Amino acid sequence: MAYDMYQEKILDHYKRPRNFGHLEHPDLEGAESNPLCGDKIRLELRLDPSRKTVDDVRFSGEGCAISVASASMLTARIKGKPLSEISRLHRKDVEEMLGIPLSPVRVKCALTSLKALAEALLPTPTPLVTEEEPPVPASGTGS
Amino acid sequence: MQELEAGGAAGCRKDFPLLRRVFHGRPLVYLDSAATSQKPEEVIAAEVEYYSRLNANVHRGVYALSEEATDAYEAARARVARFVGAKDPEEIVFVRGTTEALNLLATSWGRRELKKGDRVVATEMEHHSNIVPWHLLRGTPGIDLEFVSITDDGKLDGPDFDRKVIRGTRVLTMTHVSNVLGTLNPVRELAEKAHDAGAMVVLDAAQSAPHLPLDVEKLGVDFLAFSGHKVLGPTGIGVLWGRKELLGKMEPYMGGGEMIVEVGPREITYKDPPYRFEAGTPNVAGAVVLSRALDYLEKVGWEEIQAHERDLIRDGWEQLRGTFGDSIRVYGPRPSDGHHAVLSFTFPRIHPHDVASLLDADGVAVRAGHHCAQLIMKRYGVPAMTRASYGIYNTREDTRQLVESLQKVVRLLGTP
Repeated sequence: MAYDMYQEKILDHYKRPRNFGHLEHPDLEGAESNPLCGDKIRLELRLDPSRKTVDDVRFSGEGCAISVASASMLTARIKGKPLSEISRLHRKDVEEMLGIPLSPVRVKCALTSLKALAEALLPTPTPLVTEEEPPVPASGTGS
Repeated sequence: MQELEAGGAAGCRKDFPLLRRVFHGRPLVYLDSAATSQKPEEVIAAEVEYYSRLNANVHRGVYALSEEATDAYEAARARVARFVGAKDPEEIVFVRGTTEALNLLATSWGRRELKKGDRVVATEMEHHSNIVPWHLLRGTPGIDLEFVSITDDGKLDGPDFDRKVIRGTRVLTMTHVSNVLGTLNPVRELAEKAHDAGAMVVLDAAQSAPHLPLDVEKLGVDFLAFSGHKVLGPTGIGVLWGRKELLGKMEPYMGGGEMIVEVGPREITYKDPPYRFEAGTPNVAGAVVLSRALDYLEKVGWEEIQAHERDLIRDGWEQLRGTFGDSIRVYGPRPSDGHHAVLSFTFPRIHPHDVASLLDADGVAVRAGHHCAQLIMKRYGVPAMTRASYGIYNTREDTRQLVESLQKVVRLLGTP
């Protein structure tokens, strides 16, 4: 039942998201969009001098209550934690943080920020090709 | 329950069995007909009847059953021709839907007729299915694709149209009714201007076919496409209508059985349209049942349908604006300005996806997202919209349920 999904904790993180905004000089960045609903979540991380621990984190973007709340909870979860720990975060950790069962459709919303984190943790690739043509717009869902 | 079942255009709601379903303990309020329409009992029965009595492959058997199936298939073609006001059934090509029709056209006509630098003009209010097939031609042969912009109140920008559809434009492709804004475009006037500029005119009628009578001669277009499943018919069947002389110059889209006259090791001769474009066993049942759906629509009657849907949109607009005032943004032209069939809206700081999830809890089925029209989302600066869309079976009561549910959503997710 949909109303069960919008519990107090989720609404709290949605209406007053933690760590929302940008960092001045992030060490790592990752972004993920959810084409189904047009959501975009961007994560910025600053590491400690030894580059082993997340000193600070911010997220930005727009999304539904589930994606914003899970991004907010995720930033709170990883702040001050070693990279070795946060790189092991999994779908079930996000579901535990949210504390609600998620339908197959809404699971995508819940995992947007985790995917952005995974991208931030990837080794930075060197851009080899510059695209001359803008990409064809995705056709997406529905009409 | 009884009163919910009454209503619709000419009281037709009772003919749609799916509308009696219950979700989460609440009777379904179906407001997603722009995505697909529900089907009346007699259309569903026609599907059963086809497979119970008529099923055989067409255009190949010499036995009586195959002849009957072929006759029914060709009668459906003639029925569709009448539906769009075409003079000749051979101008009707059966396809899977509007998407396939537009891809067929952009590929078969576009790849042959368009050259590098040729100008194709679409509009910002197109569905992706009328953008992407043309976008693909930007690579090869390398066309120049332009989009007519939209005004704040959801209409095509006239001066921008005149700036974009200039002499030498090869194609104007546009939607008849917007699937997001509900705008009814002045097709005849725009088609005349485009023809004067030397362009061929393509009309996406997916969102107009369920709501108003089509007449390709009065519209003055060269090609028109629509989908069966949006006009009370089955999925997997759609129509491309094209002027015979234009269809005749087009190359096949797919190759296969039933579209050739003769195949040799080095040379092939193709059948004339429409068969040239119907490779393989066609969706015979789909075509036959579609013709029954068109019968049903016209039995309810266009005058009745249009009056009923005008009332739904006017009432819906007033209920939404009246209840939520300035805290709701409803998109598209005013109801008095030709607004058709869909009401798209947003609330500040409430994501449409949450709205649709919570409405579902009350049995209210609406769509949330970019509605395959990302240029519209960009135009209005939103990632997504919630859309309530109407069919002949909807009632004012459906909108009342929508508004009641929306009030709960706003209480839960609105500004603290």
